[in-house]
Amino acid sequence: MDLSSINPILLLASLMVAATPILLAAIGELVVERAGVLNLGVEGMMITGAVCGFMVAVSTGSPWLGFIGAAVGGAILALLFGILTQVLLSNQVATGLALTLFGLGLSALMGQNYIGMKAPSFPDWHIPLFGDIPIIGPIVFQHDPMVYVGLILVAAAWWFLHKTRAGLVLRAVGENHDAAHALGYKVVRVRILAIMFGGACAGLGGAYLSLVRVPQWTEGMTAGAGWIALAIVVFAGWKPWRLVLGAYLFGGVTVLQLNLQAAGLAIPVEYLSMSPYLATIVVLVIMSAGRAPGSLGRIFHASR
Amino acid sequence: MIQLEKRPEPSRAWAFATPLLAVLLTMLFGGMLFALLGKNPVETIRTIFLDPLFSEFAWYYRPQLLVKGAPLVLIAIGLSFGFRAGIWNIGAEGQYIVGAICGAGVGLAFYPMDLRLIFPLMVIAGAIGGTLWAMIPGLLRVKFGTNEILVSLMLVYVAEQLLASMALGTMRNPDGMGFPGSRNLAQYPSAANLELIAGSGMHWGVVAAFIAVIFAYITLSRHIFGFQVRLSGQGPRAAVFAGVNPNRMILICLGISGALAGMAGLFEVAGPAGQISIDFNVGYGFTAIIVAFLGRLHPIGILLAGGLMALTYIGGEIAQSNLGLPGAAIQLLQGMLLFFLLAVDLLTNYRIKFKTGEAV
Amino acid sequence: MSLISIQGLTKAYPGVVANKNVSFDIGRGEIHALLGENGAGKSTLVKAIYGLVKPDSGTMTLEGEPFTPAEPRAARAAGVAMVFQHFSLFDAMNVAENISLGMENPPPQNEIAEQVRKVSHQYGLPLDPDMIVGDLSAGERQRVEIIRCLLQSPKLLIMDEPTSVLTPQEVEILFQTLRKLAAEGTSILYISHKLEEIRALCDHATVLRLGQVVGECDPKTTSAREMAEMMVGMVLHVPARREKPLGDVALTLTNLTAPAPHQFGTALRGVTLEVRKGEIFGIGGVAGNGQDEMVAALSGEMRTQTDMVKIAGQPAGHLAPNARRAIGLCAAPEERNGHAAIPDMSLIENTALTATTRKNLANNGFVQWDKARDFAKEIIRTFDVRTPSERSTAGSLSGGNLQKFVIGREIMQDPDVLVVNQPTWGVDASAAAAIRQALLDLAAQGAAVVVISQDLDELMEVSDRFAALNDGKLSAPRDAATLTIEEIGLMLGGAHDLEVAQ
Repeated sequence: MDLSSINPILLLASLMVAATPILLAAIGELVVERAGVLNLGVEGMMITGAVCGFMVAVSTGSPWLGFIGAAVGGAILALLFGILTQVLLSNQVATGLALTLFGLGLSALMGQNYIGMKAPSFPDWHIPLFGDIPIIGPIVFQHDPMVYVGLILVAAAWWFLHKTRAGLVLRAVGENHDAAHALGYKVVRVRILAIMFGGACAGLGGAYLSLVRVPQWTEGMTAGAGWIALAIVVFAGWKPWRLVLGAYLFGGVTVLQLNLQAAGLAIPVEYLSMSPYLATIVVLVIMSAGRAPGSLGRIFHASR
Repeated sequence: MIQLEKRPEPSRAWAFATPLLAVLLTMLFGGMLFALLGKNPVETIRTIFLDPLFSEFAWYYRPQLLVKGAPLVLIAIGLSFGFRAGIWNIGAEGQYIVGAICGAGVGLAFYPMDLRLIFPLMVIAGAIGGTLWAMIPGLLRVKFGTNEILVSLMLVYVAEQLLASMALGTMRNPDGMGFPGSRNLAQYPSAANLELIAGSGMHWGVVAAFIAVIFAYITLSRHIFGFQVRLSGQGPRAAVFAGVNPNRMILICLGISGALAGMAGLFEVAGPAGQISIDFNVGYGFTAIIVAFLGRLHPIGILLAGGLMALTYIGGEIAQSNLGLPGAAIQLLQGMLLFFLLAVDLLTNYRIKFKTGEAV
Repeated sequence: MSLISIQGLTKAYPGVVANKNVSFDIGRGEIHALLGENGAGKSTLVKAIYGLVKPDSGTMTLEGEPFTPAEPRAARAAGVAMVFQHFSLFDAMNVAENISLGMENPPPQNEIAEQVRKVSHQYGLPLDPDMIVGDLSAGERQRVEIIRCLLQSPKLLIMDEPTSVLTPQEVEILFQTLRKLAAEGTSILYISHKLEEIRALCDHATVLRLGQVVGECDPKTTSAREMAEMMVGMVLHVPARREKPLGDVALTLTNLTAPAPHQFGTALRGVTLEVRKGEIFGIGGVAGNGQDEMVAALSGEMRTQTDMVKIAGQPAGHLAPNARRAIGLCAAPEERNGHAAIPDMSLIENTALTATTRKNLANNGFVQWDKARDFAKEIIRTFDVRTPSERSTAGSLSGGNLQKFVIGREIMQDPDVLVVNQPTWGVDASAAAAIRQALLDLAAQGAAVVVISQDLDELMEVSDRFAALNDGKLSAPRDAATLTIEEIGLMLGGAHDLEVAQ
């Protein structure tokens, strides 16, 4: 084993990249859960986003259009969930699981002719000035644009939830849907919009995997990333900024175990590959202190 | 404007009709999907749903129905207890894998001894393995309030890595010339889960599945424990008032589903699959979730739903080889089935009214 | 000219006509009472005015203009504000956010905070805008709702049963505020079934029964008895009390202490009491002062130290609910739906919910459903529960009928100690009278009964001794016959006594 082969600067830089797909999916789910909806279909929406993004990017040659396609694909799938749970009042847990199973099948079917292709390249930015700072530059300021889009989305979500009227309404709907209804807010409409935003974000996260991180399409390539995103929302106690911490922690474990595998640590590869999932469990156990939105997962039906 | 009105009591007629309606809708939309893929929809639907039962090769497919259906029913019965009690174990796939590893481990440890006791021991080890794996989310939920959905699911990925490590390392066949995978248990008579009647597909797992259905039916409809399970799901607060200990309920429900999933894994690895290999698991643990809901969490319903789902597996394989239908289309069809079921489920509890005016 | 005029308003739901041809006017600056029993159609009427329900027919005019609010927002924009009985606050949010949510075009949060401080002091209802609403007392929560309305300078303020959560002193503060508002020209529609309050506060009363207007009167000059007869349509049956000798001590609480079970719960602090056979012990208190926790600690849903609870002298603090039932203690919690009963289950199953132990409904762990059905039928017959069949779901019963079923289920298990919380909450007057009578009869047969309620009239009617629960502490018990309403008010206030700003 040769630990000296691990470059700490590269390690920290790739941590940000590894965390990005989770962060993107998690910020969407966070908004959905703040609206009182538990969508367990993140994995399904992510993988659908991954394949949609890949297909659009390959056929147009533009990764940007690919990301847009992924967001649309994820949002459409999420809308299906929204209609089932909000209009047809189905159980959110079961419907979310169905969405994941459906998304896995759908993506495999859509992507069967794209296996083995290569995604168009998505070059890193070298942010002027900041990118030239020694050590910090390569770690923080020399990434592809989506890394920053993820962080901007987190900031935007925080601003939206805590500084805008619409965000206040969204939180009210998630906290107590009966009261929100009594005050005249459109519970179902707010929730469906939130669900679609969540789907779009999950789609972006998936496309980040197929367009940047891997970058090609393989069946089932999300490998539980959507579930980890769900776990990180709980870990963050439904607070946007703590989401970043959770995602980077997870990214850190992932990158470190990959580096250790490459360095030939005397632990079997399989046990290293388990570590991100085990770390997620540990983190869930330690940090289940946050208070979930009051109406999370409950079915809303406006009776008399 | 369409309005929903809650029924004073759930409609019994719709409770039976909705699964059938969901199947019909799935056939309809599935047919459209197949047409989009350039296949003849009628022929494809017939191949998937009827050929396994009635074609000239049905003598080969019908036993397969039992082989594929048994693990689905066994796992789904276990899951139905938890789902009814509001405990969401969705990591049955992991418990299935760990059960198979533990059971196979016992079998391999005795190799090549000839002892009738070995197979029963393996079954017990499989059940214990599955239970212990399910106890991890159970104990974390009870002790720390950790979400059991996420933990049980994370453990599926852990179990898959564990399986890989077993197939490539610890349990690799020493006489296997370096190929991954364990010794073939199906060729080791004391450990094999062989067909009880040749050519029938009937193995011990099928027997266990039928016993589980009967046991679950009696427990849920007659026994006080079944009543407490239903109380916990429909009114957690009322359940505590009625004397249910919620923590104990969580552990018991997870224990039952873990034990049954673990046994299903053992029956599979000692029979149809034969050996511990990297990919001996084919997602029964996830499909069983569909089976449980499709059967409306009712034991008899689960039995029928397990049969139906096995049918789509086998029919899908036929359609794959005869018509060139992509394998993923079958997965999609199964997902669709669950979607439609959840969508039409509304009819059981609500009446739909068409009227004008009054925004909701 | 009147501010709002309602003409021929009708609203029907499947199976019930909630309002039938209802007409009345409210003048400017008038405090108008809408009086009626539970189920008389008050709520539906008010929801129509607030835009939550669209009437089938009839017209409303506000200041001479046609008024047809399609949603609450439109009603608020037109100057109608409403203080809800429940369901309209967000526990995890602070006061300012809660108030902002109820306003049409709210200013930024910091301005709201400033306005809240100002207006709340002006009307004698002090509030801290940064407090989290879940941590407030019931009275303070109501202030949030009132301030939310006042900040919009409404023309019409609707108050739905506002005093059910207040101590007598808090009621007095509220009335002062309302009188002040009326004097400034705001009209108030005051909904209640408490006659003395209406006599003390209102200028005019419209009485509803079974969805129809059955009379109007000036409450200041009409006796409570006359109004009650209009409201109920018959002479009320006053429960009969029998003098009886008290027996041995059946229930002892010694320094009962327990932490709050959840974030917005209340800790119990050293509750001590003794209830004898044949005695009814009334516990009053404003909601959220430990009532639910007290019931949980008695029923066995919450365990405490062994010696803190004794049933017939036997230490029981560690026992589970069914073990307590076995030695004679039955309980009926406040919330019918989801706690005392499960709405989606049949009455037979709801019978087995609590009666399995005492009525031997299980044999070797197998539930004997035919025995459960027979017992369910017996409860339905004895307590006159109106239901098509014992197979109907609990959720399909009206509130009063389900409450009769729940109380009946416990009483018919013949307990030595019965604990009930809010036995007549949301129940119509005749059912309430029947329930109170059943409690008195049970005590007369020699059971010890603990009645926890926020309805002081009810407690005075049934209890032999009375104590108040305040922030998890129980006051020293007093003989109920000698207590005045002012004394009770002081007992209820306790440490929670809210300062009056003026």
